[in-house]
Amino acid sequence: MLKAIGIRSVDELFSPIPTEYRLTRDLAISRQMAESEIVDWFKQRAKENGEGYTSFLGAGAYFHYRPVVIDALVQRGEFLTSYTPYQAEFAQGTLQAIFEFQTMISELTGMDLANASMYDGSTGAAEAVMMAVRVTGRHSAVIARNLHPEYREVLNTYATHQAIPLKTVSFTDSGQIDLKELETAVGDDAACVLIQSPNFFGTIEDVEAIAEIAHKRGALLIVSIAEAVSLGIVEPPRTADIVAMEAQSFGVPLGFGGPYCGVLATKEKFVRQMPGRLVGQTVDKHGKRGFVLTLATREQHIRREKATSNICTNQALVALMVNIFMTVYGKIGLRELAKQNLAKTAYAAGQFSKHAKVLFAGAPRFNEFVVESSEDPYAINSRLLGHKIVGGFPLKKFYPELKNAALWCCTELTTRSMIDKAIDAAVGLVAESERSAPRMKETEEHEVAR
Amino acid sequence: MKHMTRKATRHISQNEGLIFEKSSPGKAAWKLPPLDVPEVDTAKLLGKQERKDLGDMPEVSEIEIIRHFTRLSTWNYAIDLGMYPLGSCTMKYNPRVNEFVARVEGLANGHPYQPEKISQGALQIMKTLSDCLLEITGMDAITLQPAAGAHGELTGLLLVRAYHQSKGNARKKILIPDSAHGTNPATAATAGYAVENLKSNDRGMVDVAALAAQMNEEVAALMVTNPNTLGVFEQEIHKIAELMHAKGGLLYMDGANMNALVAKARPGDFGVDVMHMNLHKTFSTPHGGGGPGSGPVAVKKILAPFLPTPVVITKPDGTLGFEYNRPQSVGRVRAFYGNFGMFIRALAYIFANGPDGLRQTTEDAVLNANYIRKGLDGVYDLPYSTPSMHEVVFSDKLQAKKGVKTVDLAKRLIDYGFHPYTMAFPLIVHGALMIEPTESEPKEELDLFIEAMKSIADEVEEDPQFVLDAPHNTRISRLDETLAARKPVLRWKPEN
Repeated sequence: MLKAIGIRSVDELFSPIPTEYRLTRDLAISRQMAESEIVDWFKQRAKENGEGYTSFLGAGAYFHYRPVVIDALVQRGEFLTSYTPYQAEFAQGTLQAIFEFQTMISELTGMDLANASMYDGSTGAAEAVMMAVRVTGRHSAVIARNLHPEYREVLNTYATHQAIPLKTVSFTDSGQIDLKELETAVGDDAACVLIQSPNFFGTIEDVEAIAEIAHKRGALLIVSIAEAVSLGIVEPPRTADIVAMEAQSFGVPLGFGGPYCGVLATKEKFVRQMPGRLVGQTVDKHGKRGFVLTLATREQHIRREKATSNICTNQALVALMVNIFMTVYGKIGLRELAKQNLAKTAYAAGQFSKHAKVLFAGAPRFNEFVVESSEDPYAINSRLLGHKIVGGFPLKKFYPELKNAALWCCTELTTRSMIDKAIDAAVGLVAESERSAPRMKETEEHEVAR
Repeated sequence: MKHMTRKATRHISQNEGLIFEKSSPGKAAWKLPPLDVPEVDTAKLLGKQERKDLGDMPEVSEIEIIRHFTRLSTWNYAIDLGMYPLGSCTMKYNPRVNEFVARVEGLANGHPYQPEKISQGALQIMKTLSDCLLEITGMDAITLQPAAGAHGELTGLLLVRAYHQSKGNARKKILIPDSAHGTNPATAATAGYAVENLKSNDRGMVDVAALAAQMNEEVAALMVTNPNTLGVFEQEIHKIAELMHAKGGLLYMDGANMNALVAKARPGDFGVDVMHMNLHKTFSTPHGGGGPGSGPVAVKKILAPFLPTPVVITKPDGTLGFEYNRPQSVGRVRAFYGNFGMFIRALAYIFANGPDGLRQTTEDAVLNANYIRKGLDGVYDLPYSTPSMHEVVFSDKLQAKKGVKTVDLAKRLIDYGFHPYTMAFPLIVHGALMIEPTESEPKEELDLFIEAMKSIADEVEEDPQFVLDAPHNTRISRLDETLAARKPVLRWKPEN
């Protein structure tokens, strides 16, 4: 090849790089490893990573069963190793799959249409707010305080630089957004109201009432959904203008926080302000049905600085996992799955309420609930850890006033015996003999449980 | 087909409708275990919030699902099938060991909020990858949080803004060369900056004199891609950096083309202040039909205080943890810690290569691009004679005389069993054909590609209409994009 090019050494090809900037030493990274060594190294890391623990964590990342057909299909090289489907003739598989994804997300959220995916639920929510700003021409947003705190942080980062002031509305003792406060917070300058339902505490919001308040002032309603499985049994937010969803629950591994699958769904009239890729149906030159990326004039590669968003790469393969999950469970299975989540959670909350206070009991909930204990939840959690149980998420980090409260989650994978065992260990009812697992020192507790 | 091609032959592929068209009541592919807690009265628990019906969601069996997606998959082109010469997209081989280790149970099932004590494995992966990427780029600090390249760009510019703000003035403009990827100007706008275009010189590089004239105290940063989108190394990059720094500006590098530099040159050494990488390009994580990506951002010390929270730190007791208390941080850009699954894959790639493997990779990538350049020079017009690094940009000037444009050549290439190159980009080349073979391609595949491109050029001379009508051998051909955009049909609806 060197001869064909007409050079003597590969080094000549690097001559455009000024000599003083050429690296003449080896990179100081570990030596080349064999496949067996690589596998060993990662298996070792997995062992140090909570392998074999039972977890009651939710809070925006949910442990649901992943049907094995998902990985069997997404690992087909034709899906795994293909590029964004710009060349429609050579990418009909990906395009048709996305079209089906868009259809099912629209159906489940009660919206007219959905995009091909966003990075995740947090950035999706932020993009939805910017979309509302474009639609309404207004420049502020009203945010529920029971929206996922990390979603709020992300939104804050985006909004600061777009000069979009954010107003936060608190929650009542039902855990739901304070409607009275909301009423006064939504002014004529508000582009949108952004809520989450089920909200961060697992409580289902009265979306219709919130929509009425928002719409009365000409603001859009954005509903963030972090627990997608809820859509199997909870009425979707049909009165919303934009649904910003995190679809991780639909067949995407927890994976220490990512990659996940955000997606935006909206009303037909707002489609041209929607960020992200969209697949549309059309016909080819012989009149045959086919699918293409469409409405690209919204996007950065055409519009550059005037694009609706800078988003380019999305989460296609993760969206395919979501797609296959939705197809497996379908119309009946999704409802049954959601019902099991509901039943397990109702049981767990009932059992907990015998020993501690379950907060926000006045409103319907899906698969999460908040337990207030007399003991610091970090202390409870470090005790549970000794039993290989990861307890609920302590809320004081984000809600200082909910001092001793923790957010617990049950899914279809949580068994009754796990619930009973966790409650026993949490309330200290386990016999001393059983508590032989090493207990942590008091000083370690906070670090351990963060 | 007029010409038999060596690479591809037509064969039977299955027809397949939409999944909804196969649905009928009673079919199911799921089974739940019996409920081990009391049944609940959903109406009582949820009241008016209870959903009664899931509308047009499908009901199908497992074999139908397997066949449905398998059939769809056969309609895609993929790296696993052959060379994917998309310029600036770096479609290299995605090693299967990466997929395997990403699915090891303790890693795949780790919850982002599980206590740090039982997250040491994940933290170690993040720390090790960070250290490797810093060594590769020659930078000082890094965040892995951004979910993709464009997200990394945004993060980088937010860092730039925070830096300038800390000096009392956020500044107003970002300079962007006219050869830049579309995400650059879109990102600058998202970060609240005005965009000012910078013209390239006749060698396809940043015009240093023009930069000197345009650079002033209103400019926050220059976003440069190096090698740029022509595959050309910015030879005066150090002068560019000096010019920026002299007026208090910063140099941002879009790392989309980092595959030309790894182990051969380090951006940190030639004056770059902040850059993003695309793990799904340079570090072999799969494109997956358009994501997920991952766009870590590496910075010099001066920008480190502004990195998004949290950052991974080594605690006094030697364990790893997340640090949240960073008062100057720009804040979060994504929930949790980023696309962790991609960190695993990228690190596995780095392990599999090591220092010598990474150097070889870069050399092979540049060698392959130059081999194609040599093979096609003269057959296609080469608008810039400047030496190519990892990709080469031709134009359709010679073929356009016969009325055949880059898009038509690309569609004909499909018939030859290759994915098209990147077409009509960069914008500074009229009718561009942007070709990046990557290091993954053996000489035999490169030869097939060159042969195909030459054969297409011959066809243009002999029978341009035949090329204009391509592709001839695909399931469908030349979809009506205008119709799709004018009357958008974005979801299936039942007929009635």
